[in-house]
Amino acid sequence: MTTLNSKVPEGPIKDKWTTYKDKINLVNPANKRNIDIIVVGTGLAGGSASATLAELGYNVKAFAYQDSPRRAHSIAAQGGINAAKNYQGDGDSNYRLFYDTVKGGDYRSREANVYRLAEVSGNIIDQCVAQGVPFARDYGGLLDNRSFGGVLVSRTFYAKGQTGQQLLLGAYSAMNRQIARGKIEMFNRHEMLDVVIIDGKARGIIARNLITGEIERHSAHAVVIATGGYGNVYYLSTNAMGSNATAAWKIHKRGAFFANPCFTQIHPTCIPRSGDYQSKLTLMSESLRNDGRIWVPAKIEDAKAIQQGKLKPTEIPEEDRDYYLERRYPAFGNLVPRDVASRAAKERCDAGYGVNATGEAVYLDFASAIERYGKEQAKIKGIKNPSKAQITELGEAIIEAKYGNLFQMYEKIVDENPYKTPMMIYPATHYTMGGIWVDYNLMTTVPGLYCIGEANFSDHGANRLGASALMQGLADGYFVLPYTIGDYLSDDIRTGKIPTDAPEFDDVEKEVKERLEFFINNKGTHSVDYFHKKLGKVMWNKVGMARNEKHLKEAIAEIQEIRDDFWKNVKVPGSLNELNPELEKAGRVADFLELGELFAKDALERKESCGGHFREEYQTEDGEALRDDKNYAYVAAWEYTGKPSEAIMHKEQLEFKDIELKTRSYK
Amino acid sequence: MNLTLKIWRQKGPQDKGQMVEYKVTDISEHMSFLEMMDVLNEDLVAKNEEPVAFDHDCREGICGMCSLHINGEPHGPDRGITTCQLHMRMFNDGDTIYIEPWRATAFPVIKDLVVDRTAFERIQQAGGYISVNTSGNTQDANSIPISKHNADLSMDAATCIGCGACVASCKNSSAMLFVSAKVSQFALLPQGRIEAADRVKNMVAQMDLEGFGNCTNTGACEVECPKGISLENIARMNREYLKASI
Repeated sequence: MTTLNSKVPEGPIKDKWTTYKDKINLVNPANKRNIDIIVVGTGLAGGSASATLAELGYNVKAFAYQDSPRRAHSIAAQGGINAAKNYQGDGDSNYRLFYDTVKGGDYRSREANVYRLAEVSGNIIDQCVAQGVPFARDYGGLLDNRSFGGVLVSRTFYAKGQTGQQLLLGAYSAMNRQIARGKIEMFNRHEMLDVVIIDGKARGIIARNLITGEIERHSAHAVVIATGGYGNVYYLSTNAMGSNATAAWKIHKRGAFFANPCFTQIHPTCIPRSGDYQSKLTLMSESLRNDGRIWVPAKIEDAKAIQQGKLKPTEIPEEDRDYYLERRYPAFGNLVPRDVASRAAKERCDAGYGVNATGEAVYLDFASAIERYGKEQAKIKGIKNPSKAQITELGEAIIEAKYGNLFQMYEKIVDENPYKTPMMIYPATHYTMGGIWVDYNLMTTVPGLYCIGEANFSDHGANRLGASALMQGLADGYFVLPYTIGDYLSDDIRTGKIPTDAPEFDDVEKEVKERLEFFINNKGTHSVDYFHKKLGKVMWNKVGMARNEKHLKEAIAEIQEIRDDFWKNVKVPGSLNELNPELEKAGRVADFLELGELFAKDALERKESCGGHFREEYQTEDGEALRDDKNYAYVAAWEYTGKPSEAIMHKEQLEFKDIELKTRSYK
Repeated sequence: MNLTLKIWRQKGPQDKGQMVEYKVTDISEHMSFLEMMDVLNEDLVAKNEEPVAFDHDCREGICGMCSLHINGEPHGPDRGITTCQLHMRMFNDGDTIYIEPWRATAFPVIKDLVVDRTAFERIQQAGGYISVNTSGNTQDANSIPISKHNADLSMDAATCIGCGACVASCKNSSAMLFVSAKVSQFALLPQGRIEAADRVKNMVAQMDLEGFGNCTNTGACEVECPKGISLENIARMNREYLKASI
């Protein structure tokens, strides 16, 4: 049986990464030219890793299922990226970013990894500015910052509400430079369908050309998985339609352990769903909570009237509004971490105070901010005794400058003007903290197989803080993996090209082809989406924001039933050798149907509440998450043994030497 | 509402292709356009017909993957949005809607409504970057102050999502708006000035090589651009090009 070795270097936490880098093996430039690396996924993690590895001299083969690396879903990240620059002089430091991240993650992440993340965070900003990322600046020409949930400093750098886009385009431009030099070979519209392991080491992948349907073999000395999270297991999420867990799940089935699948982030501020046809949910950036105040009616009769369309939010007087986050968490107010904000919204809606027809929405109101900014502007502009209309106009201009694109997005979807009436929001699945288990080197339990970005489990514990996903993706890709992978590859300088005619390639390719042929030939009765929606409903209702033993056990049984039904009755039209989106979806949903079960099993085993994982049986008297550090301060890393129900759990005990374990409080 | 759809169906790049008529019923005005297409495709799968292939991914207007020509307009009748953000409330019960792929020599059709936009990739590879290694050993981010005005203009140019609507809307199939957005983003920043001359020359050369047409200043691209990229960028690119050429 494999034992987990996190390979965290010895020494004080502040020196670990530096000392470690000083001592690891390197590959000389001449030898790098003889080494191939496959990177699957070209978002912030995969894109930055591809570019950096190619700059170092390795031959990189990069794969994306979209028609360009620029379309990876990192592009949709809105609010910003954290870095401990302390440009605001408000007390920030590497230690504080490290502390906030570990605390925000409810003490379920690995200290050494998180410290390293904080340590390299400043470099990311330097790097991105050098690349031409147009971050927001103040009038003196220096970089501007905003604040995000769960912290007491302003350390978030941003580019309007499109920070992910700008950072991804930065990584994409670095990739383009290397593609032009011939150091990255880019495979757009290709999907990895399995990994090939030879003599215990990851040596290649099987990929499908999504245009021609051709099954291709690609070999390399190491394989890097950077394919993002598995939020689409819920069917509805803020992920892109194509976001999937296939690469991660396939490597899990070939030996990579899957860690903490139940740690999933439900983001508090998304546009509520409107009907059964809904295909995805849209996020409204957390940055809005800098200025927006969240509330529901204080009186149940007002809530009922709103639900029936008889009352408008603007008609409810101030004293009849319940700003429940400010009430419950005075210290952090509207900027409590995401898990806390989501549960609080659910609590109010479950109690009947929801504010749309479905009763599943709360208000995010900018009226106070518009007034505040308006008065400020009037003063700056020297307007004496400004009228209410003047104040509103001036204030709205500031809000538009800060969040214009988000307000426009909201208006297009909901058909209401959020400057005039409060936004309606509700929590939705957004990010997965769980993922493939990796050691300090970001290597999985399979030698030569790495996993970076959202796809791995390492840095966010049980809850990720806002603006930290971009930080982690780029830290892994630009600054961590390029070092650690060299240590592994230094043993491979004499290996030479990996042949693709090895029997291992034959076997895996055969399995891949058989599965695809099965889908086409099954000619069942229901479309792929039919099963995906069914799975999503079970996941949301029974493995969602609040979980309990009974529901989790039911969920496991129901997912197994849906899976059996899927394999009997799925219908995939078209043929193998063409662009066939239904065939692509079939493979992804087949994998979600297995992952969902492991997810529920993990949630069942973790008999405590922490971060995004809330077990109703384990809560304090006032409804806060009740952690059990004595028994559950570990990473649950699951080994695949043939079926999700038979997966074996390995524990990586978490040690907290630099941060005292205590109850997370934002009150 | 009930709608008649006339959709371009084309088996593959070599196929001639044709408009095919479909009916969809019970469409909610709150649906997005692509959710309406999902409904159609579910119907087609149920009837054992092949669903309509179309590109889409993020469905929140930022990835640039979706790309339909709807009633003669890229991304349809609304302004400042992509197809995935277009909602059915823009249409009326009983409408006939024409849905076609981007039409441009440089964007060949792959299947149905899916086109090949890799020409854009090659233009970016020709110079759409600043030649700095990603080692992190650069200078501190605040050591080069950049005027807010220029940083904002650069950001406005950088919001291009590379969808290709500018090309699809242009009678010449010109890619000038797309190319000029990238050229402008970097030309407006001190970091990007160093390679500005080579960048504009190389990117324009690649653009011409890919078979995109010339700009005749009709401005359709600016109108249809989902991100509001301004024509001023084309003017700036022309200035940069001239400066680089003399």
